[in-house]
Amino acid sequence: MAEAHDDTNGDTAGKVVAQQEDQLGLTPAVAVVRADRLPNPGFPPERLRVTDLDPKKEKQAERTISGLFILSAVGSVLAVVAYIMFPIDVLDPSTIRLNNMFLGIGITLGLLGVGIGAVHWSKALMHGHELVEERHPTRGSDETRARAVEIFRESNAESGFTRRSLVRNSLIGAAIVAPIPAIVLFRDLAPSKDPIALLKNTMWEAGTRLARDPSGTPIKASEVTIGSVFHVIPQGLAELEYHRLEEKAKAAVLLMRLPIDALNPREERASWAYDGIVAYSKICTHVGCPVALYEQQTHHLLCPCHQSSFDVGHEAKVIFGPAARPLPQLPISVDDEGYLIATSDFNEPVGPSFWERAL
Amino acid sequence: MAPTSPAVARRAGRRHPLVATALLVIGLLATGGAYALATTTATAETKATSAKLIEDGGKLFAANCASCHGMNAQGTAAGPTVIGAGALAVDFQVGTGRMPMAGSGPQAEVKPVQFDQDQIDAMAAWVADLAPGPALPADRFIAGDGDVSNGAELFRINCAMCHNVAGAGGALTEGKWAPGLAGVDPIHVYGAMVTGPQNMPVFSDLNLTPEEKNDIISYLTYVEENPSVGGWDLGSIGPVSEGLFIWIFGLGALIAVTIWLTAKSN
Repeated sequence: MAEAHDDTNGDTAGKVVAQQEDQLGLTPAVAVVRADRLPNPGFPPERLRVTDLDPKKEKQAERTISGLFILSAVGSVLAVVAYIMFPIDVLDPSTIRLNNMFLGIGITLGLLGVGIGAVHWSKALMHGHELVEERHPTRGSDETRARAVEIFRESNAESGFTRRSLVRNSLIGAAIVAPIPAIVLFRDLAPSKDPIALLKNTMWEAGTRLARDPSGTPIKASEVTIGSVFHVIPQGLAELEYHRLEEKAKAAVLLMRLPIDALNPREERASWAYDGIVAYSKICTHVGCPVALYEQQTHHLLCPCHQSSFDVGHEAKVIFGPAARPLPQLPISVDDEGYLIATSDFNEPVGPSFWERAL
Repeated sequence: MAPTSPAVARRAGRRHPLVATALLVIGLLATGGAYALATTTATAETKATSAKLIEDGGKLFAANCASCHGMNAQGTAAGPTVIGAGALAVDFQVGTGRMPMAGSGPQAEVKPVQFDQDQIDAMAAWVADLAPGPALPADRFIAGDGDVSNGAELFRINCAMCHNVAGAGGALTEGKWAPGLAGVDPIHVYGAMVTGPQNMPVFSDLNLTPEEKNDIISYLTYVEENPSVGGWDLGSIGPVSEGLFIWIFGLGALIAVTIWLTAKSN
């Protein structure tokens, strides 16, 4: 085998294979049945590349590679030129498009030019012989291993790590206490109040007027025509200085008016609607997406994230999809001036399940 | 013909040779003038007397709509009543080709418009005459010259969940869908908001004022006229088209580069 390779190729590959076989044969305690062994086919004969055979092709490859490197340099310069030539005008978003496109083309040329050139260089011009490189064994020599153990023993004797137990134990104790400030600091990232109570309560309370999102103007019952849908926030939310988005994320409500005989409320909920007007939390009970795809003829609400569907005509019960509970209903009424008001907060936590939710 | 026959030629001898031509010109002018006068009078008449328009609309309704909506627009099992639907609903439904419906299905589809604007106006006038309903808006509320950024916020809150944030449309339940809004005539956008066609909810003028509706129309016009800032938007339908693109072309390019990297040079 090995000789045959040497004859045809005359390169080092055959010799490496021969060496390998010798090593294998000499390894003690390895049962090798020579007769059944699949002979190592070795490397196929080396196929010379056009750049090996034709000096013209070699020259051409050289020019291509240097051309790619020059293209890369040109690209990098172009990126800078494009960045200056197509500045981003904050008042005209369309300028971002040109800026990003030409900047991107420049940087792409700059990086791809170097990358493709380097690969082409190694494939076409650098030598193409195949060879086997053996891995070094990872185990150290017995001498090194013995010395390492000795070093540990020496340093233990010198420092007295096992002998001076007070020093050692106080060090271990200090190391355990050291991360505690970080734990206290990170704990403070959570809401300072009890997060469970925060999840169970929203901004709605008895008498809060229903207001339009985003303007915050209150809604009169007479303004809600049949088939209408209003996106609702509690009045006062639009003026909140702090935590406006956190409050909105819990208190967002969808207000719909159905023909009064399309509603089928239980007796205890009959007073939660006003003249066919109902208000439901907009936060899906599955994972909290805003449910607002309302179909005014079927009275179905669809969640765009996982296609949970709720039937507003039947207290927003789940009729399809992964949501486990109906949307919480906000009990509403009207005040003396005819504006829609909440008669209480939601009677259950809004949004998806959480560990301490008592349901 | 006549002047060429010998008998007529003898009689015509006493007249000036150009008389025939002059008569022809006078005749033509008289006919044309009378026609122009008659048509002007007719237009004025149509504008002045809407009774004629309503009557025409009633005939068109009886011929094209009554089989589903009932002879008196009272509605049948096949179609709802249009009493109180208003001129704007007729303009939207017929003006976008949704009505008359080609067949029953999850929702009425946009088709080539079946009537010209005069006929649509006639039917709208007839329906508006049955009972009060939403009327056509003033031109300034569909001009699309409003506050684009306010329109964008209102669109995101009230419309984007169904129609997609860029107005590309989206799917609803059981085969229904919210149509894309590119290329929709502003008056039809306005009409859809006011009348709530099919499963779309109603956004009356007490919810979104006409000025706010104009802002929304302005936003849609802006989105349509300005190319996507991020480059090729792939239909603006989000992760479906973008994911498909990167799976096919992005991963395809990576595989091609990997093959090239490991292939031997020839």
